[in-house]
Amino acid sequence: MMLEAAKRWKSVWRRNTWVWRKGARTALLGGFVEPLFNLLVLGFGLGGYVGRVSGLPYLDFLAGGILATSAMNAATFEGLYLAYTRMAVLKTWDGMLAAPLSLADVVMGEVLWMGTKSLISAGLILAVLAGFGLAAGWAALAVLPLAFLAGVCFGSIALVVTSFARSYDFFVYYITLGITPMVLLSGVFFPSDSLPSAVRGGSQCLPLFHVVESIRPLLAGDLGLGLLRHALVLLAFAVPAIFLAIWRLQRRLTQ
Amino acid sequence: MNSPGSPVVIARHLTKSFAGKRVVDGLCFDIRQGEFVGILGPNGAGKTTTLRMLVGNTPPGSGELSVLGFAIPAEGRAMRARIGVVPQQDNLDIDFTVMENLRIYGGYFGLSEKTLKTRIPRLLELAALTDRAHARIAQLSGGMKRRLSIARALINRPELLVLDEPTTGLDPQVRHNIWNMLRQLQNEGLTIVLTTHYMEEAERLCGRIILMDRGRILADSSPQALIGEHIEPHVLEVHGANAESWCRSLALAGGQRCERVGESIFHYGDDLETLVRSLDVWDGVHYVYRRANLEDVFLKLTGRDLYDA
Repeated sequence: MMLEAAKRWKSVWRRNTWVWRKGARTALLGGFVEPLFNLLVLGFGLGGYVGRVSGLPYLDFLAGGILATSAMNAATFEGLYLAYTRMAVLKTWDGMLAAPLSLADVVMGEVLWMGTKSLISAGLILAVLAGFGLAAGWAALAVLPLAFLAGVCFGSIALVVTSFARSYDFFVYYITLGITPMVLLSGVFFPSDSLPSAVRGGSQCLPLFHVVESIRPLLAGDLGLGLLRHALVLLAFAVPAIFLAIWRLQRRLTQ
Repeated sequence: MNSPGSPVVIARHLTKSFAGKRVVDGLCFDIRQGEFVGILGPNGAGKTTTLRMLVGNTPPGSGELSVLGFAIPAEGRAMRARIGVVPQQDNLDIDFTVMENLRIYGGYFGLSEKTLKTRIPRLLELAALTDRAHARIAQLSGGMKRRLSIARALINRPELLVLDEPTTGLDPQVRHNIWNMLRQLQNEGLTIVLTTHYMEEAERLCGRIILMDRGRILADSSPQALIGEHIEPHVLEVHGANAESWCRSLALAGGQRCERVGESIFHYGDDLETLVRSLDVWDGVHYVYRRANLEDVFLKLTGRDLYDA
């Protein structure tokens, strides 16, 4: 049963992978070059003023934050703009639903692809970080499954947003009110300890906070048990979001 | 495999409402193996909703539906492995070539690359797209896209092919091309259901027509029987400035009937030669004398024109 379902999810995943491979050059520019640019400019530019942060040189500190953010962005962009295009513009999902796939199959295939996209994005940045000596040791490889999980988490949340969207404009709300504040409050650019205590508690409820917190020690070479706790938090966001996305899209597309 | 004539679709008392409005209202019909059925009706008659229920993409509000022995919508996914669906609006994958579209779509059916390698060349041939196998979708004409959509729906060797307005928006010439393709498929024994609001399409292709209006079935029979049972064999359609005066000057013979729709006056009867001759002395009238068709049946049953409805 499970194997059959996995095969159906894979057929959706495979379609998206194939499209991505065709346009990989452009995709790489957004998902890979931009975060590196941010990292190097801010890391070297600000780093000189800031000095060490949380015991790390600023560039090292920032590397974990940028890596986490790019994993989030890769899946979010896919779950908003590209998923909306497949749903509402190209009607790709309608085609899938005319084949022996259910809406749950489509959502699962999409979400797994979003995880993959985050993994690719994180993997490429990780390789460059390693080249700069910013990823110490084998523990850093654990960033990859974590990025995948982060992609599943943010991708499924983005799909829930997409299920409400009537046009691309709608996504501005989520980006402006959700993603941007989350980046600022999750300890990407500065430790969340320096936030006022009321805000600090709230920032620990943000999924990105847990991606950042788990990636940073991994880049430094620490494979701790804290990782598991952070991963569980991400799962706690992803699982309900997946069910919600299926339920919402089912109502929208197969009413 | 179903034996010839065994029921492929069984629909009983299907209803469906959207926002309190009944769009499908108590449909009952069977479709048997090998039939070519056209669901004919004006826009908004409930044809597309009926098809969407049939393929398990929207659950009926009430009623019972079984397709190929599967209870719908509960077993919709398993059923769709054995049917082909051609949507009203092409949703081909524009990122892929013709060949890749078929490969990707075959993947949704769980077909192996090996199976697809043998099936795809034959489908390309059927759709007359062999020399376009590596063309992008944007490079195809409207007719080619339609043919590819039909070929794509055949990737799983379906037992039932369902098409939603397959020729809407196509040139007349291209329409004939699609009709030929569908006729060939029927000759190979495929059961086909299509919706259309083109009377000509239904009359030419379909062995059986379900005439729909406002969510209900008005009539369900072969095109010949529909015309034979519901309407006189000949029609005289008259319009023009003096049409009304001409009409008032007539004393209709027994077995003749007159209807007015907009600017036109329709006379129905077995033999209208006398009426036609009476028009010779009138200026400012235009007329067509012809055999009755499905539009006339629709007009008789609803009091409205198929295209204005």
